[in-house]
Amino acid sequence: MDTIVHEFPPYREHEVAHGPEAHGHHEDIGFWRKYVFSSDHKMIGIQYGFTALCFLLFGLFLMLMMRWQIAHPGQPVPFLGPLLAKVLGQPAANGVISPELYNSFGAMHGTIMIFLGVVPLAFAAFGNYVVPLMIGAPDMAFPRVNMASYQAYFLGGIVMLVSFFIPGGAAQAGWTSYSPLATSIPTDGQLFWIIGMVLLITSSLLGAVNFIATIIQLRAPGMTWMRLPFFVWAQFVTAFLLLLAFPPLEAAAIMQLMDNAAHTSFFLPTGLAVGGQLAHISGGGSPLLWQHLFWFLGHPEVYVLILPAMGIVAEIIANNTRKPLWGYKSLVYSVLAIGFLSFIVWAHHMYLTGMGNKIATFFQATTLAISIPSVIILTCLLISLWGGSIRFNTPMLFCLAFLPMFGIGGLTGLPLGLAPADIYLHDTYYVIAHFHYVVAPGTIFALFAGIYYWFPKMTGRKMNEFWGRVHFWCSLVFMNVVFMPMFAQGMEGMLRRMANGGANYSAARVPGVLDTLPNDIMAMNSWILWAAIALGLAQIPFIINLFWSIKHGEPVPSDNPWHATTLEWQTPTPPPHGNFAEPPQIYRGPYEYSVPGHATDFTPQNQPGSSPTPQVATAH
Amino acid sequence: MSESKTAKQHDSQFVGESELHEHAVDFKSYLRRCLYIFIAVLCAISLMICASYLPHYNWTVKVTLILAIACVNAFLVAGFLMHLLSEKKLIYTLLAFTVFFFAGLMGLTIYAMQDMPHGTIYH
Amino acid sequence: MEIPYAIHARPDTGIYNAKVGIWLFLASEVMLFGALFSAYVLIRVGTPPGEWPHGWQNVTLGTINTVVLALSAITTLMAWVACKVRQFGKFKFFHGCTLLLALTFLCIKGFEYSDHLSHYEIHLTDGRIADGHMLENNPRENYVTIDGRYVDNEEQLIDLRSQKDIQETEIRIPRAEIKDMQSYGPWHNDYLALYFTMTALHALHILAGGIVIGYLWGPGRKLWEIDPEHFTNRVEVSGLFWHFVDLVWIFLFPVLYLT
Repeated sequence: MDTIVHEFPPYREHEVAHGPEAHGHHEDIGFWRKYVFSSDHKMIGIQYGFTALCFLLFGLFLMLMMRWQIAHPGQPVPFLGPLLAKVLGQPAANGVISPELYNSFGAMHGTIMIFLGVVPLAFAAFGNYVVPLMIGAPDMAFPRVNMASYQAYFLGGIVMLVSFFIPGGAAQAGWTSYSPLATSIPTDGQLFWIIGMVLLITSSLLGAVNFIATIIQLRAPGMTWMRLPFFVWAQFVTAFLLLLAFPPLEAAAIMQLMDNAAHTSFFLPTGLAVGGQLAHISGGGSPLLWQHLFWFLGHPEVYVLILPAMGIVAEIIANNTRKPLWGYKSLVYSVLAIGFLSFIVWAHHMYLTGMGNKIATFFQATTLAISIPSVIILTCLLISLWGGSIRFNTPMLFCLAFLPMFGIGGLTGLPLGLAPADIYLHDTYYVIAHFHYVVAPGTIFALFAGIYYWFPKMTGRKMNEFWGRVHFWCSLVFMNVVFMPMFAQGMEGMLRRMANGGANYSAARVPGVLDTLPNDIMAMNSWILWAAIALGLAQIPFIINLFWSIKHGEPVPSDNPWHATTLEWQTPTPPPHGNFAEPPQIYRGPYEYSVPGHATDFTPQNQPGSSPTPQVATAH
Repeated sequence: MSESKTAKQHDSQFVGESELHEHAVDFKSYLRRCLYIFIAVLCAISLMICASYLPHYNWTVKVTLILAIACVNAFLVAGFLMHLLSEKKLIYTLLAFTVFFFAGLMGLTIYAMQDMPHGTIYH
Repeated sequence: MEIPYAIHARPDTGIYNAKVGIWLFLASEVMLFGALFSAYVLIRVGTPPGEWPHGWQNVTLGTINTVVLALSAITTLMAWVACKVRQFGKFKFFHGCTLLLALTFLCIKGFEYSDHLSHYEIHLTDGRIADGHMLENNPRENYVTIDGRYVDNEEQLIDLRSQKDIQETEIRIPRAEIKDMQSYGPWHNDYLALYFTMTALHALHILAGGIVIGYLWGPGRKLWEIDPEHFTNRVEVSGLFWHFVDLVWIFLFPVLYLT
């Protein structure tokens, strides 16, 4: 257990005793097979992780450009303005972000953050690296399919990035790409968006198949379903959401592609006029059909964003409170309930489309119902802190902050789920504040926690604790300064996707008119800009810490520096190809911390010996 | 746990494989069963075509009839040719969820587009 | 490093990995085609009465395609059974048939597509409509020739099922009389849009399935020498995909051709 390797990358042929089928696979397979075309789940996880982090950073830059434009409409972007003008040409003429460019940035910020940033990091990166280790498997069930899924993701990302540079620029119709706007815009950006999305959907589908098959089939002997760490349950449900919810969007994307390229009218209604002229289309289509098919994915997608994060938080909380999670069974049943219900709530994104009362009531009921398992999960995590011996390391700080931040995000979702309230709040900044609270100080904090937590397993070194705390406190403060005012702005009626930050509706522009945006609300745009810049700067210590610690971080004293019970900490560091010398035998549940009568305050899952029935330790 | 065996080693044990544990496979009888299924499928196809050429009084009834026969056809292919009738519980569970969500997608979407607010010109 | 249960079943689930994988994938395909069928239902139900085409497809060709696919489902299953009883010669025969049947299907589909794309609806300046297959459309000439008929309005083109004995003759139309002209492609109306999209996606799946089966039949057969059970599993899994593609057609055919 003490073979520590301080080398990065994590995929190394190791001097670990192989089982009977020792193949003598210690020959070097070359740079390309090892780092680029790897079928090892750990390398693929790291590929996903780094690519996703790059996209997250890019999404941050897009956001900074937009916040500048909102706070100072029509003014050239400082420092970056000339660069933008040079690279993008006319839409950024004189360094000013034109409305079309703003819309492009808005659409691509959403698309990139969700599909190229958070989902690949939360689901694919952490899932690929950690899940096979946690269940005692040598790799994923289909390693080459795994490689294909990363490559499809990478290609999809390239297509999305390339779309910025084509004439007309990137997609402009929002990450939701509503028809008929998406078909009426006379540039090719939407086409690239659709092609990129098809590639990303393919990647997700292949990944989902892999995860589910792996978790069902490759659990080590003794790893029963109710002994799985909660993170694995969360990934399992997430994979199902991706598997069954993405294909309708793929079908819709194909139909929108046909609308764009083959001039069909799947989503274009009869009598559509574009630019004052009757469009030369056959008509007969339905814009609502696009919305239904899009949100059928769109809603499960947001649970895809949050569930892996909840899984990560659960693992880290159990580890850093030195006690079992409170309510393991409730957590499992809740996550299954969320998965199931998330398929039948989608039209709460469509309350303003003229739906009738009955159907709106149905979706309102299911939407409020789904808040129950979400609250159960949050409550279980909160109660898990009670009576714990809490270690306030950087991962734990992020997880502790996750709890109230997700609480705010989740609770502010309730007025949006209630149809009458949503009639006012729909498409305002309130919505933006709500979902960013859930994803940004919610999911992304959990992902940061995961990076700090599992970094020692990947590299044999810890990230710097001081700079980790700096990163944490600055991110926490500035995230709140960026997003909290948006609730107020939304309540005052400031709408989304306005390229000049609502100036046309401001009291300053149209004095004496009722219900314009007051000056103090407009002034918030400036503070938000400063906070956003500070938030961006706060990520610099993290980036430097991440890369510096790979080679110079404090070496960990053992393979299990956090004294964790789950299986990924019972492997060498970093785990070799094949992970375990022999398939581990599991004897106990995942959170046997501070079990009375045991010598240490943690007992790994694969440690033999009689344990009190796991149910006793983890029952609620 | 080496899975590689030569063809010869496998030949001697093929009867012990999971699917064939219960009975050895008789190629000819399998072929005969397949032919019966094929004939049943052909009958279903002909029935569908006949149904579509019936003098129609109501499209809804006609379409329902045709789709019902198509479902029978699908049952034959899925049940016998895909061995779904003898599949494991895991697969049934997966497909049950899939069917439920598909029904939700189709049903709720169609209902949503037919349900209109009160007091509008459509209601 | 061997992945457990890649070839032999895991005791508690009773299935090997690839089978779990393919059923999961098929579940996602059910949702994919299900969304397209939902779109079909929605668009058709939302079309004003009397505007949804009937009888625009060649039912004979569609029936042949249906029978072809049904037969290929049988040959696919028999190819797997041949592998199970370790008779490789029979496997080669049956999957050879499968491939030929797949090719037949695609050829017929291609013919149907070209037939639609050469069918034109020409609106004339005098208000009539000429409708038929394009025989001559030479840009240097000032006329087009179609094999079709004249109708007075579009309603007469919608329901071809109820029209008996449509007479088609060769008609030459001067370009000066043409107001506009459109082929029966996916742009023509939503029925054709759905037809082309759904059948093209289905045909892509036939192509993909054919390529996989072709690989197993051709270069992939090396695995048979090394590990026949592994090879048999691959045949089974690809066979399941093929059967699914047949299942989709079983619903596509009545929905697009018969109703």
